[in-house]
This record gives sequence, structure tokens and C-alpha cells, in this order.
Amino acid sequence: MNKPIRTVSIFCMFLFLALMANATYVQFWRAEELNTDPRNARVAAAAFSRERGLILVGEDPIARSEPVDDRYKYLRVYPGKQLYAPVTGYLQLGSQTGIERSQNKVLSGEDPRLFVNRLVDLLKGDTNQGGNVSLTLDPAAQKAAFRALRDTVGPDGEGSVVAIQPKTGRILAMVSFPSYDPNELASHDRETRENAYDELDGNEHQPLLNRAIQTRLFPGSTFKVVTAAAAIEEGLYDVDDQVPSGSTWQAPGTTGEQNLIDNEGRGGCSPAKISFAAAMENSCNTAFAKMAVEVGPEKLRETAEAFGFNSDYLLDLGPQARSVFPEEVVDTIDGVEQDPRELNDAETARSGFGQFSVQSTPLQMAMVVSAIANRGALMRPYLVDEVQTASFDVLETTEPEKLRDAISPQTAAQLAELLVSTVDNGTASPARIDGVSVAGKTGTAQRGVDGKAPYGWFVSFAPAQNAEVAVAVMIQEAPGKEIAGGQLGGPIAKAVMEAVLK
Amino acid sequence: MATNSALMGFVHRRRRGAELFLLILALIVGIGAYAAVGLGIEGEVPTNLIGYGGWLTLLVVAAHVAVRLVAPYADPVLLPIVAALNGLGLAVIHRLDLAKETGLATQQLVWMTLGVILFVGTLVVLPDHRLLARFTYTSGLTAIGLLVLPMIPGLGTEINGAKIWISVAGFSFQPGEIAKVLLVITFAGYLVVHRDALALAGRRVVFIDLPRGRDLGPILMMWVVSLGILVLQRDLGSSLLFFGLFLVMLYVATERPGWLVVGGLLFFSGAAVAFRIFSHVQNRVDIWLDPFADPNGSGYQLVQALYGFAWGGLIGRGLGEGMPERVPYAESDFILAAIGEELGLTAVIAILLLYGLVVERALRAALISRDGFGKLVATGLGAVFALQIFVVIGGVTRLIPLTGLTTPFLSYGGSSLVANWVIIAILLRISDQARRPLPDLKESAEDPDEQATQIVKVVPS
Repeated sequence: MNKPIRTVSIFCMFLFLALMANATYVQFWRAEELNTDPRNARVAAAAFSRERGLILVGEDPIARSEPVDDRYKYLRVYPGKQLYAPVTGYLQLGSQTGIERSQNKVLSGEDPRLFVNRLVDLLKGDTNQGGNVSLTLDPAAQKAAFRALRDTVGPDGEGSVVAIQPKTGRILAMVSFPSYDPNELASHDRETRENAYDELDGNEHQPLLNRAIQTRLFPGSTFKVVTAAAAIEEGLYDVDDQVPSGSTWQAPGTTGEQNLIDNEGRGGCSPAKISFAAAMENSCNTAFAKMAVEVGPEKLRETAEAFGFNSDYLLDLGPQARSVFPEEVVDTIDGVEQDPRELNDAETARSGFGQFSVQSTPLQMAMVVSAIANRGALMRPYLVDEVQTASFDVLETTEPEKLRDAISPQTAAQLAELLVSTVDNGTASPARIDGVSVAGKTGTAQRGVDGKAPYGWFVSFAPAQNAEVAVAVMIQEAPGKEIAGGQLGGPIAKAVMEAVLK
Repeated sequence: MATNSALMGFVHRRRRGAELFLLILALIVGIGAYAAVGLGIEGEVPTNLIGYGGWLTLLVVAAHVAVRLVAPYADPVLLPIVAALNGLGLAVIHRLDLAKETGLATQQLVWMTLGVILFVGTLVVLPDHRLLARFTYTSGLTAIGLLVLPMIPGLGTEINGAKIWISVAGFSFQPGEIAKVLLVITFAGYLVVHRDALALAGRRVVFIDLPRGRDLGPILMMWVVSLGILVLQRDLGSSLLFFGLFLVMLYVATERPGWLVVGGLLFFSGAAVAFRIFSHVQNRVDIWLDPFADPNGSGYQLVQALYGFAWGGLIGRGLGEGMPERVPYAESDFILAAIGEELGLTAVIAILLLYGLVVERALRAALISRDGFGKLVATGLGAVFALQIFVVIGGVTRLIPLTGLTTPFLSYGGSSLVANWVIIAILLRISDQARRPLPDLKESAEDPDEQATQIVKVVPS
């Protein structure tokens, strides 16, 4: 039987040789291909174990990698906690949000701009370090905005503040409340991380949402600024003109109580004709409804779009909700969708004071006032100021970019005058700052749901003649407080403007 | 059937000292790996290193002493290889325990203890392997009984689509692993008696001499029944294993290569039929052809294993530095992926060489064995070992379609570990018998005829 046993031995030898050849193929020849496969989560985990770059606000890191004694070697730490969370986002194995996501290539060191740097690291034998990202945020403005908003709306409130430098588009403050502690979500302990996420995800106030760019609501009376801009731009009215008003107005082509536009008790609007300034100061719905119908839906939409409605413009952070001014209306009759049609007068009238289906993010409203403050020029808003190497050498500085001239400088000057007057003599008075001329407008938007408190808005910029800051405040929920007339939003905007101007 | 060495007057040395030396090396591998896991993951030597190392040493020394006492001429390489593999397996399972927060290594150590006890027990109870030939039919029936067990409702447990487990009192057990050993004994016992009839009697059909039905019938029946059970249980790996085992033993017993041709044809037609009628076979083949078609679904395990192997590269990430827990079942069927990731190609080749040496040692024992039964059993065990390695490692490294089998001595799994320790004990017994010097017959044998008949030791009864 020995001959077949020898044959079997040789056969077995070939089996083992085949296994060894195949193992060598997989682990040596094919290793490179498998290791660079983007679906390979091990690669992501390896990146997660590298020292990541800093996210800086001024001199201070608001996200940094701290060496720890576990398998991932570095823990992402967010010293700013709730304050900066909506901007920084958080880092987890294989996923990121916020700036951590949008600037992932720089922070993880994979960006081509860091290539030379990486080469030097390699030659020096250093491990691959990520680059730093320096943000445009002004820590004083950010803190002022966060504290004022938190103290105003209370622990169960919801809201957002955005501040922009009008001349450049630099975002000076971006606050969303309630916020969250990214440290818990970035924890290496799975249970801590998952519990934190489940709790935040299940929270009815949606703390994980960055309301500044992701929440879109009726802008209410703050949108009257856009209506006024359209009217002035069209040459219908001048800042010194009288505009039609009235205590109530039945929009053309409508009947019934629900289509009767009134001024919610603001008496200054009642005369048939009032000054443009008075209309703005008293936030007269009737005046702006009439003005919107006069301008027409198409021009109104074009003006809104010039300010950024119906488009995406923020490149540094996502996802971004697109603010809308309706282009057309699709009626549904007996469940059948009809052909799209232009807005009718009643719809245009309601759009004129930021209702119907006009919706805006806080960032969008900040951009509207920012363009007015910047002589009509709308700048692209941005958050990333500089990209740096790990040793703080600047690789790239973001250049301010003009998106377009939303309105003419003359129109902008007239609007500024109206808004200054609104702060000085009208509803926006809570934003008044001694010795500084402030332009502002309040907004109170009905939700379209009976019995629920409205949304509160406030937009402003200062100093009115040579603005350094434009602010939008949005209050979505403030339990137990009266959301109206700029009483809540005004002081918040004032605190932010003061923080920047100081 | 006297061996050449015996004719030349060559006497094997006992080599127990060499075995002891190799065992020390094996312990260094096992305990060193365990310490390295602690250093790699927790940054410190495990606190129970002394206790763990002591227990491992105790087991190995016990096995060595048993061999020294009851099988002094046994092959000196087998036990150290097996000790090294088992120790390394324990360390890797411990490493995966730390990642997954399970406690399988402790259980595996208990199973290893049981394995070593059975190893010693087998050597003690079985002074001569030919005793096993008496149990030809008993073991065959027991094997079939064991194979049927998982199909009994209430006893069998289905894990991952294969009904090959039984659970009793919280312990799950794979009876197929034991059946494997029993079937080798059955085949060997039957074939050694009927080999002449099988080889010589019968008539020629086309190019092969078909044996008579009454010679081949019983064994063919046994084989078909066991294979049928496995097919019903969807245990592809074991089906393949038993088929190959039967073929190899038939070929060795009859010395007719024609059987390999017939077997090969049967295998391919069987595989083609299985591919057509069983969806799970098609699945396996599809995954094998393109695991990346569904990298997060059906191909997930294999894709993760391949990523792991690649991530390990030539020298590996180091114990505790990789992510072997990403591969589902990394502690059992896919343990080689964990080793490939953390210890690299170097360790994979080393392990393959160790397995190769086990097979080589088994076949060597078969070659020098003085009796046909011993030859067949050793060949059968060696072949079954080689086939199992090929099927599981080939599957894990995507050389062949994946069929579930454990990696001997490395994988977590009690039944497999215990069965493999018994296999090694039987191999050691056969090699001990083969290497043992012939009884000195000079004084008692004046009659040369008597001498010739007395040359083989009598089976004690």
C-alpha cells in the first residue's frame, strides 16, 4: 500500500502549496488593491486612529485630537461643547458631521494641499498629521448669541442666531439651540456614544439639528424688507413717499374672514395713506400686502432670488435647507394636480409679509440684511477662514466672494434709512444701542396652526452707515414667553451686535 | 509487509528528549502570544499570565509524560506542533474575546483540558491501534447514529443554516467531528479485510475493474448513508471531507488509480447536481466568484476576511493592533483571517507548514506501519486532516468556495478540538507501534517458519 500512500502525500503537498501560493497572492500581491478599496472600513478606522488637525476659532481650538490609551490612540475632544457643536459637528469612526465632515480631507491629512507637508512628515519619520482649519467665527459674538438665546428661550426653547460680516460674508456667529455635547458622540465607548445619540435623536427639540441652515420657516414681517426692496428697486415708491395702507384689506379676488388682512392691532397703519417709514415702523401688513400686489409676484420673486432665495450658497457646511419663494402654485382639484400657475393676488399679498409659502432659514434672513448693509452687494457666506498645516503654516485663505448685486446702492441706502427709523421710532426699538445707529426689523410669523404661538424673528445690522455686522435671530419656541414685536429677538440681536462692535 | 527499515536492521530512537525540547518551543509560542495579546490591547502583561501559562504547561507536560510512559516510540514532532497550534489558537481567541467582550478562551481552555484528558486516555486505553479493527461495524453504526442526532427534534440546533449541532445541558456539540474519526476506523477495518477481493475479484467495465457488489456493497452503503445525511443537513464541508476520505482510502487499499478517476468524475457530477438543485450551493459559488458583488450582504464575511488578510500584509499588524473582530465568526471558521491580519503572511505560512508537517507525519507513520489497518487508519486521518485544512483555509482565502469547517486546533469549538486531540493520539499510537523495535525472537525461535509468523506482535485480547 505504500505506493498509493506516497501518491497521496504528493497530492497533499500540492494542496498545501496551493494554499500557500494563494495566501501569498492575497496578502502580498493583492494587498495594495484591497487596502486602498474605499469600501474597506479598516482604512477608515486607521484614519480614525491618526492625529487629526485642529478646528480653530481665533487662537483657540474648538476641536482637537487628544492622545488616549486605547485602540484608536486619539480621542476627538470638543472644548466648546454645546457652544460650537452645530458648526464643528462630531467625529465618529467612518462618519462625521459639520465642519468635521466638510473639511474632513484637510483635518485627516488627505487633502492634496497637504501633500508636500505629508512628504516632509514621511521623510522625518513623523506620523501623518492632519491640517488645521481656522473658522471665521468671532468667539465673543458666538458666546453672546448663545447665551442671549439660551437665556431668552429657556431650557425647552428652540431658536437660532446667525451673524455675518456684511462686507466679506464671514459668518461671525452661528448658534442653534438646543445644542448638544459632541464629546459624548465622539466617545470611543460604544455604549456612551450610542446612548447619547439615541437620547439626542429621540429628543423632541431636535438638538442635533443646526437650525441656522437646516430649519426653514415663514420669515413673517422680516420679509417686508424684501418687499420694500422690490418696490424701491422698481421705482414704485421712494423712502419719502406715502404708501397705501388701511386698517384691513380684503385681498383682490377673495372673500371671507380668513383672507382679510389686518394689522394685528397696530393702530399706526389705519389711515388710507401713511409714510413709507411709518409702514415699516409699524410693520403694516396692509401696506406691504398692497405693495406686494403692486410689484407683482414675478418681480417679488426675482428680488427674493437676488438675495439668495431658491438657491444654495453655503459651501462650508451641510446639509443646507434651501430657502424658498414660490415660483408657481400647483392647485389640486379633486385630487388631480392642475397645471402650475402664477401666484394670484391674494397669495402675492400674503407673500409680501412673509407668509403663504415663503420660507427662510436664519442664515438667509441674515444675508438679506447683510446685502442691504453692504450697499446692495451680496457676499457668499463662509465659515472656513484658513487652511493650515499642522504647524500652523497657512496653506490657503478664503477670499471673500461677491455673489451678486442684489439691489442697487441707492435702494440699499433707502432701506437702511427705513430700518434705522424702525429701530429709532418703531417696533424694533429693543435693539437700540446708545451711540450707534442700528437698522432692524421685527417679525412675527403665524405658523398656520391655530392656537400655537407664532415664530419670532429679528433682523438687524449696525452701524447703519458702515455696517460691521448683520444679524438674524429666529425663535421657534419660547415656552411661557410672548413671541411678538421684537421683545425677545431684539435684545439678542443687540447683544450680538455689541459683542462684535466692542 | 515488513518495512524496509526493519529489513535493514534500522531501529528508531525514542526521541522523547527532542519532543520535550520542541514542546518548550511550543509553550513559548502559546504563552508568548497570550502575553503579546495583553501587551497589544491593554498595554500590560495579563495579570493571569502565570496561572494561564501554568495550566497550559501542566497540560502539555501531562501529555508528554503520558507519551513517555505508554507510547515511548511515538513520533516526537506531532505533539509539539499540536501544542503550538492549540496555544496560538487560544491566544487569538482570547484576543477576540477582549475585542468582543466574550469569554470563549476560557471555555476553549476547558475543552483543551478535556482534549488532553482524552488524548492521554486514548493512549492508555489503546495499547495497540489494531484493537480498533474490532470495532469496524460498531464504529460505523455509531458514526451514522451520531450524524443523525442533530436531526432529532429538540436535540438538534440549527446554526447558520446547517443542522449539525446538538445541544445538551447548555453545551453544543458537533457530532460530525467524532463521526469523522469513527468513519476512518470503519473504512480502514473494512477495507483491510476486503482489499484483495475489492482489487482482484470483479469484472472489467470500460477501463476499470468493478469489484463485486457483495465486496463493495456494505462500505458503499455506509458511505452513501453518511453522505446523504450530511447533504440533508446542508453541511457542505463535511460532505466534501467524507467523500474525499472514502476515495483516498479506497485508492490506498486497492492500489488502483482508476478509483481516483471514477471518484473525480463522481465529484464533479455530484457538485454540478448540487449546484443545480441547492440554492445555498449556488450562493456559495456566487460569493466565491465575486464576493464584492454584495460586500455588505452575502459577501460581507469573505470580503472582511480578505481586507483583514491584506491589512496584515507580510508581517501583520501585531496582536491587538488590527481589527479582526470585523470578520463574523473570526474565532471559529475564520480564525485564520484574524491571524493573517495581526500576524501576517509569515504566520499564515508558518501555520500551513505546521499543518503540512502534521499530515506528513501521519503519512510517514502510514508508510512505516507494519500492518495494513494501521496504514489505512493513518492515511485516512492524515488525508482527512489535509482535506479539512484545504477546504477551510482555501475557503477563507477565496481559493475555493467557502464551506463551513473548523480550522483544527486553532478554531474555537469543543467538539472539533477534542476530536482532533483523539486523532493525534491515534496517530501517535500507530507511529509508536511502527517505530517500536521488533521483538527479539532469537531465543524462542529456532524454527525459521515460526519466526516469520511471529514477527508481528500479537494483538492482545
